[in-house]
Amino acid sequence: MGDVLAVVEQREGKVRGISNEVVSAATELANGLGGSVHALLIGGDGVSADASGLGTYGAEKIRVAEMGPLASYHPEGYTQVVVEAVRAGEYGAVVFGATSQGKDLAPRVAAVLDVPLASDITEMGVEDGVVVAVRPVFAGKAFSTVSFSASPAMMTIRPNVFQPQERPAPGAVEVYAPEGVDPSSWMVRLKEFEATGSGVKDVSEASIVVSGGRGMKGPENWGVLEGLRDALGPDAALGASRAVVDAGWRPHGEQVGQTGKTVAPKLYFAVGISGAIQHLAGMRTSGVIVAVNKDPDAPIFQVADYGIVGDLFEVVPALAKEVTALKAGD
Amino acid sequence: MNIVVCVKRTPDTETKIRVGADGTSIDSSGVKFIISPYDEFAIEAALQLKEAREEGEVVLLSMGGDDTRETLRQGLAMGADRAVLLKGESRSDGLAVAKALAAELRSMDAPLVLFGMKGADMDQQQVGPMTATLLGLPCITGVSEFETGDNTVTCRREVEGGTEILEMKLPGVITMTKGKFEPRYASLKGIMAAKRKPMDEKEAQGGEERLVVRKLAYPPERPPGRIVGEGAGAAGELVRLLREEAKAL
Repeated sequence: MGDVLAVVEQREGKVRGISNEVVSAATELANGLGGSVHALLIGGDGVSADASGLGTYGAEKIRVAEMGPLASYHPEGYTQVVVEAVRAGEYGAVVFGATSQGKDLAPRVAAVLDVPLASDITEMGVEDGVVVAVRPVFAGKAFSTVSFSASPAMMTIRPNVFQPQERPAPGAVEVYAPEGVDPSSWMVRLKEFEATGSGVKDVSEASIVVSGGRGMKGPENWGVLEGLRDALGPDAALGASRAVVDAGWRPHGEQVGQTGKTVAPKLYFAVGISGAIQHLAGMRTSGVIVAVNKDPDAPIFQVADYGIVGDLFEVVPALAKEVTALKAGD
Repeated sequence: MNIVVCVKRTPDTETKIRVGADGTSIDSSGVKFIISPYDEFAIEAALQLKEAREEGEVVLLSMGGDDTRETLRQGLAMGADRAVLLKGESRSDGLAVAKALAAELRSMDAPLVLFGMKGADMDQQQVGPMTATLLGLPCITGVSEFETGDNTVTCRREVEGGTEILEMKLPGVITMTKGKFEPRYASLKGIMAAKRKPMDEKEAQGGEERLVVRKLAYPPERPPGRIVGEGAGAAGELVRLLREEAKAL
């Protein structure tokens, strides 16, 4: 029972970056359990064309369930396919990404298979044959180490934490048509999808976050932060404090903090954010934290690695310029 | 249409977390407990729906200990009609909680069951969809707003890259996040009325915990940081440090 199933993700036929993290994390676990990694990709006809790269990160084989109605995520259809794939193998663990798809899908699979689920984990391992995971609790104010006493151990991994490591494996692609999936029996139906804007990175998946708070003074000033984000490149996303989301200046999807998203990017800029305990809870495990604030006593400076005291409307454009110059020299 | 709202007692978000003597749970002395903020969106949605339809009952359901009675009274003070407390404790195993809730929900007459998207303590986001799956009911998670029709409900759900608009047949389960429903404050009248509203207590039928907490620890200490300088003039030095020292750029 040492194999690990890595449930990967695609959107519009393209395998999403989180998939490399999931396969890589699954490979570490499989090494500890003495088995191999099988990746499972679900999508519409032809989605397998994008799948073979997963072998680079450790997948022995890549099972691809192709069926038209499964081109986009559907809770009922995907739950059925994952459950069948788990039952068809001998898995000691099943790993998903803690993305909006993974967080919706994994609990359903766990309930059908009657096994517990550790969500949004940041570390995992095998101790004396038992799968163990570490997860943030109280929005990152503490970390809980949990052990599984049921098999397979099911978990979702926090995005952007498990750096994908290249451990080339055969990655043999096996396409199949899942049996018994009946869309007419589904009780949930996707009516419409309103895209935010192509290329806009979600704050929970970005490796750099530029976050704004009340010091920004109004929604009309966000161009200042967008300028820094653009200079930092496509892996950067905008974040926001609760105050500016509550004020309607920014969408809830950008909110970082205890009642928003908990993020751990490599680099976090807190601009015009004082550093309330609930905000800190959502970003304090970021790699490097930079604070820009005109108040030298702002609590954010307690948690920041680097800070600049000053008027953000002067400092942030200067930062953007310096970053652009730095990258131009690369 | 009766609506059941499943709620959880969690520490207030201001709370500084201290690890307790047993090393696996928090020291709860001096901690203020509240209804998990996400559950409040669900209670508010239920109350608004009841008010709009002018019929139906809003019932609160929670698994917890004696202290949870107070939390349920807070929800009753917002305007819910009655509460059911399942006596039992669960720490990390959301499936054990889901089993207890499902066992009770099977005997309740409610076409709509609402949850907060996650408990603001354990942050697992699993009990809602697990409970729905155990009951064989459809479920939509992370809903910011919804509207009911005849036997269906239409929900908005944020995902990476956009918003999904989904339709679900009732009976069904929805887990709520921040959005249209702004939780009301309990009025003094509501607080007084809450004391007289029915609260049933039963033993939770959940089963054993199979995800066990071995250790609770603080996050690693960050070494102290430094102010690099003042004003726009410090930007160059900061970027240099981010590249050369922090290796973050």
